[in-house]
Amino acid sequence: MWTFIHKWGSPKWFYAISAKVQPWCWAVSLILIATGTVWGLAFTPTEVNQGQGDSFRIIYVHVPAAFLAQSVFVSMAAASLVFMVWKVKVADMAATVMAPFGAVMTFVALFSGAVWGVPTWGTWWMWDARLTSMLILLFLFLGVIALRSAFTRREGGSKAASVLAMVGVINIPIIKYSVDWWFTLHQSATFTLTSRPLMPMEMWLPLLIMVLGFYCFFIALTLMRTRSEILRREIDKRWVRDLIKEAQ
Amino acid sequence: MSLCLQARQLACERDGRWLFEGLDLTIRSGDIVRIEGPNGSGKTTLLKLLAGQLSDYQGELFWNGAPLRKVREHYLANLLYLGHSPGIKAGLSPLENLAWYQALSGERGNTSQRLSALEQVGLGGFEDVLVGQLSAGQQRRVALARLTLTRRPLWVLDEPFTAIDRQGVAALEAQLAAHAQSGGSVLVTTHHALDVSPAARCIQLG
Amino acid sequence: MTQGQKATSTILETPVPGGLWVAFTATLKRDVTLMFRRRGELLNPLVFFALVITLFPIGISPDRAVLALIAPGLLWVAALLAALLSLDSLFRTDYDDGSLEQMLLAPQPLAALSLAKVLAHWLLTGLPLALVAPLLGVTLALPLGSYAVLALSLLLGSASLSLIGAIGAALTVGIARGGVLLSLIILPLYIPVLIFGVGAVQAAVIGEGVAAHLAMLGALLAASLLLAPWAIAASLRISING
Repeated sequence: MWTFIHKWGSPKWFYAISAKVQPWCWAVSLILIATGTVWGLAFTPTEVNQGQGDSFRIIYVHVPAAFLAQSVFVSMAAASLVFMVWKVKVADMAATVMAPFGAVMTFVALFSGAVWGVPTWGTWWMWDARLTSMLILLFLFLGVIALRSAFTRREGGSKAASVLAMVGVINIPIIKYSVDWWFTLHQSATFTLTSRPLMPMEMWLPLLIMVLGFYCFFIALTLMRTRSEILRREIDKRWVRDLIKEAQ
Repeated sequence: MSLCLQARQLACERDGRWLFEGLDLTIRSGDIVRIEGPNGSGKTTLLKLLAGQLSDYQGELFWNGAPLRKVREHYLANLLYLGHSPGIKAGLSPLENLAWYQALSGERGNTSQRLSALEQVGLGGFEDVLVGQLSAGQQRRVALARLTLTRRPLWVLDEPFTAIDRQGVAALEAQLAAHAQSGGSVLVTTHHALDVSPAARCIQLG
Repeated sequence: MTQGQKATSTILETPVPGGLWVAFTATLKRDVTLMFRRRGELLNPLVFFALVITLFPIGISPDRAVLALIAPGLLWVAALLAALLSLDSLFRTDYDDGSLEQMLLAPQPLAALSLAKVLAHWLLTGLPLALVAPLLGVTLALPLGSYAVLALSLLLGSASLSLIGAIGAALTVGIARGGVLLSLIILPLYIPVLIFGVGAVQAAVIGEGVAAHLAMLGALLAASLLLAPWAIAASLRISING
């Protein structure tokens, strides 16, 4: 376990191994997202039960983005934990690049939710439990990003952002629970975006494919951006210089 | 039992620059060690590191042969660190400041102890004045009163002579020497020529 | 260095047993004394609280029916902001004058010493805010029967707010002008406390049981008490490291 962590902890080793994994992740994510998109948009039958018509198809972006946004926060906190406990620098680099991606995904989920709201609720914004939780998640991401960049020394920023990410991840279920609870108290005559007790197979199968595709996309993008973060931070190290020489 | 603080292959990086590398250092009972170096050479960082404040460094620290991380509480009970900022609250009187410091080490202490410590640093009569109304030198002296008040064998002092007048400097030098002679150790940075016996050992940085 | 000097021996100190309680109470007393010496600052959160409450009837409507409807939320949000306002200075003066690094070097757990500081902060901000809130509730036509619950919910809730907020204060203490950043990182974490706090008052207004809400606030406080001191201590170490 110990040697495994330290091997992964070595930026050089990570850089080498991720070069091999990365193309596969990209390929799988592109195939899945392409399949899911075409299937979901063109071949899935129109929604009739709730009278949403074709507008329901936004689910194929909204739900994967919302899933991913939460997973990114959890992954970021996990990476922060690894960084704080085992002092693995690569974990911190991964956490650094995950935060902006997570914020973007949260925004995508919010935006697609708002767009979906127009035909469903007749308004761009409803204080729906899910959307509200997403909005708070966005603020949590922005806080982590802002805190990291506020420090003049990078080590300080990394550690502070790690603590905040871990504090945040403990709070996410509490926030989610309390917001759901708040929403049931104030619930008006609307239905939530994703309460679909009966979702036919031909609807959720492409959704599943999209979710998996988004996750692969996340892995691929994180690998890619962590690699460039490694190069940026290790620019003075000999192995990076050798790499640059080879490239020239 | 004698005290022994040991640093092995100590290295510290700040903002991509190595302040010091491969530093070996042993401080034993009776030593006065002076850290020298130009501004920005890492004197304060080294002192903070040896005082157990910083965690991002390479190399190892040992306290009486045991890794410092494992015996931290015992080490801190033996350490008196005076930093760049004196650590004295402007809104409290010298007596109240000292009372808090005594309590931090777990002792209740009593007022007469604190009064005599203040006498020794020449602050008799100022014990109830708010520190904010004292001069910079006097504020520094409040911090220095902790040297007599709390019995700690290892002193780590960062520029203790700042803002102290000539008599005060001589008295402090005598105090450092007496501390070393009675088996304590002193680790100090100063820009001032240190006149103590036993003569200070120098460690050059930068 | 002669051999003779090296052989000199000294008696080493050991941590004083029971010293933690001495250090804890002394730190609490010190912080309370310091805050009392700046009495003006002590009043600031209360004045701010009253001012914000004044803005709402002016900004929305002086109609008592309208105000009564939104009073629980307004009181809670304003109290929360007032508590937040005073958090920035929680560790800042200690950081500036060097006593924070002395706290780190005390042979006592930093988490316990931080808890003493947070307790002092709560005693002099959260507690007064909770006591003043019913008075301001009168001006907002808060329905009768909910005043005690308002004070009680703020009493419990503001303790959690102080604990959670202290994490943010500890994380931003090394940053010049960290005040806005502090609000940015802490406010999202305040939302559960706000929800259950307001929920308790609203339940009291409509005459429902408040036990569940207060129990949730208590649970949040217990969790914060258990976890926040460690996070505060870790954050302070990070901030001292720079």
